[in-house]
Amino acid sequence: MNEALGIKKAHPRGKKPEIEIAIVGNPNTGKSTVFNALTGMHQKVGNYPGVTVEKKTGVLKNSNGSKIRIHDLPGLYSLVPKSLDDKIAVDVLMDRLDEPQHLKLVIVVADATNLARNLYLVTQTMDLGIPVILALNMMDITHKRGLHIDVDKLSQKLNIPVIPLVANKGKGIEELQEAIGKITRTEYQYKPIWKIDNDIHEALLPVCSWYKNNSHLNETASWAEALRVLSSDKALENWLTNKNGSSFEYGIELKEIVKNARKSLEAHEIHWHMFESKWRYAWIDEMCKDSVQESDVGLSFSEKLDKILTHRIAGPIAFVLIFAVIFQSIFTWAEVPMNAIESSVQWFSGQVAAFLPDGVFKGLVVDGAIAGVGAILVFLPQILFLFFFLTILEDTGYMARVAFIMDRFMKGVGLSGRSVIPLLSSFACAVPGIMATRTIQNWRDRLVTIMIAPFMSCSARLPVYTLMIAAFIPGMKILGIFSLSGLTLLSMYLVGIFSAIGVAYVFKFFVVKKQRSSTFVMELPPYRVPSPKWVFLQMYERGKIFVLNAGQIILAISIVLWFLASYPKPNHQTNIAPAEAIQQSYAGQIGRFIEPAIEPLGFDWKIGIGLITSFAAREVMVSTLATIYNVEGADESSVSLREELRNAKNPQTGKPVFTPLVAVALMVFFVLACQCMATVAIVKRETNSWRWPISMVLYMTTMAYIGALIVYQGGKLLGLG
Amino acid sequence: MEVDWIPLNELKPGEKGIIRGFRENNSDEDYLMELGLMIGTAVTLVKFAPFGDPLEIRVRGFFLSIRSSEAKLILVEKIKD
Repeated sequence: MNEALGIKKAHPRGKKPEIEIAIVGNPNTGKSTVFNALTGMHQKVGNYPGVTVEKKTGVLKNSNGSKIRIHDLPGLYSLVPKSLDDKIAVDVLMDRLDEPQHLKLVIVVADATNLARNLYLVTQTMDLGIPVILALNMMDITHKRGLHIDVDKLSQKLNIPVIPLVANKGKGIEELQEAIGKITRTEYQYKPIWKIDNDIHEALLPVCSWYKNNSHLNETASWAEALRVLSSDKALENWLTNKNGSSFEYGIELKEIVKNARKSLEAHEIHWHMFESKWRYAWIDEMCKDSVQESDVGLSFSEKLDKILTHRIAGPIAFVLIFAVIFQSIFTWAEVPMNAIESSVQWFSGQVAAFLPDGVFKGLVVDGAIAGVGAILVFLPQILFLFFFLTILEDTGYMARVAFIMDRFMKGVGLSGRSVIPLLSSFACAVPGIMATRTIQNWRDRLVTIMIAPFMSCSARLPVYTLMIAAFIPGMKILGIFSLSGLTLLSMYLVGIFSAIGVAYVFKFFVVKKQRSSTFVMELPPYRVPSPKWVFLQMYERGKIFVLNAGQIILAISIVLWFLASYPKPNHQTNIAPAEAIQQSYAGQIGRFIEPAIEPLGFDWKIGIGLITSFAAREVMVSTLATIYNVEGADESSVSLREELRNAKNPQTGKPVFTPLVAVALMVFFVLACQCMATVAIVKRETNSWRWPISMVLYMTTMAYIGALIVYQGGKLLGLG
Repeated sequence: MEVDWIPLNELKPGEKGIIRGFRENNSDEDYLMELGLMIGTAVTLVKFAPFGDPLEIRVRGFFLSIRSSEAKLILVEKIKD
């Protein structure tokens, strides 16, 4: 038996000169910190082919000799996949992807403060027959927890190198690099550290040979996987379907073999269900007795802090306060850099205008390109603030407490606390929010979360809110602390949240009621000080994505709009008013065409143009208004967009186009409408069908129309017009 | 079934128990076992969430949030510290 486990089948290797290695680990073990320390900034972020799981690779720095490429795999607890992210990690480790990696080494990052649970994944990974290094992180906290870990003994028992680390302080990274270099240079021989009873061995044999004949798992991994599928139906499922969800033809055969193997175990009175877990933990517990000493040290700082933050009364108060501060600061603190960017763009636009000769090109550059992109850049500070806070909340471990506190309510609408984080992320942008739903294991929960995520007011709506609030909501104080503008912003967020709850209810009862609602098992990691480097890296990455993605769409649409608003040119008359000129343009014609439909919402044809163009991306509304009003404006560049809007008059009635009521109706429309091509695209990708994105656009637009109608007509009835 | 085995969610905050069994239809059972909640493992009920559910348990040095509806399906023997 031991011989069988020990023989390593020659692994066919490609001719890549590079060495591929991977980092895995439980969530919250500091895996990303280790990855960042090993690779520096030499990272590439992409997607695994055909799926939307993020693929992070980097090149090991300071490696002598061969180029070593590191794959940072999604965090997981076990090689039995529970979610799409888990499945990808497992498939990479078992070399089941279309593009095989042939890993030469796996670094398992483990949290030294809860060794047993981490060792479960460590031993599973070892049994894949790939060399393993155990990177034992958070060694500095072990003594505070009253733990003493005998690293040498652990290494000896596991028969693998164990490197103690304090990754966030860079301690142990050099030793880890050395160990990587050493292992990748030597020939590996798997040495089993445990025995399997004869009865089980016999039962496993046919399953094992199936793997040897039908997969490219090596001898060792075949044994380990045979044991896994015997113990767990979830593990078996992973071999019955391919990534599109359709059955493999050989699945039926495997299922039959496993069924027989289970029967033969039952004949020996061995309870096969979760046998692997029982067997591994029995071994782990035995080993930990020798290598780990534990003494009681009372409550840790994290536990004391948690007593407050998840306290029955203090917890919810803290939650509300934290988010109130975030919203308040996004609006007020961001004002300073916003003004600076605004005046810089104006200055730049003035310089360019003075430099270029009058004509088509000048109009294109100044009124099309610079005006459009400038109107978006101005809101970058707010977006960065938002990502700053969200990353800190996530990095400190508070996000998990949010899920813990809020699960009760999410359960009420048929979701779980897990949906809170994707939904909260959607306050920044629904696209990463929807992508974050991949950690929701239950498909029904995931789908509902995806469908309601765009109701969370994302950063792309902020430009619209900000413009409307700054231009039309008086800056008076309420109760001495809160400004009316801040409260208006908050109520827009609330409109979105309550709409989401309503829609989730509808989904719960009518649309996908067939499926079982989800369970909710989630780790509550200890609170940690966030790493400033990581926070700023996240801000930079997300800010870049926003500017580049928004920039591309906005640039293109601004130019199209400039064209639509400038052509056809009025017939050589010099005394024609700019307002009349735009009425004759293509843009004016389109706006006029849809005006009857949107008039009940208080919108005129200019707003109508914006509603159409902003289906590409919400923030385009602002640059559309900028373009339209710049073309029409009496005093070109000296008057800011806000003043332009305030001064805008209906040419027939002479009344202002925008009143505070119109501004609120417009904001409500933007809360509810699915005006974002990127969201539609990501939903198509995540649900793998056009059914859901199309339903999303239809139902959200309907709700937006009704919402704005209620606000405007209701407001007029109340005499607010 | 032993008389003094109680569902996990009937422990009071701060009380400790040893897992003695899993009731049928616990859909989280596999997952919990992989996390190390085996028969014989000690579990402490740390607290209930502010609105009564889910609850936080401590097991093998880490903290887990599970719902009462699942905790109910885990039978423990209450022990004194």
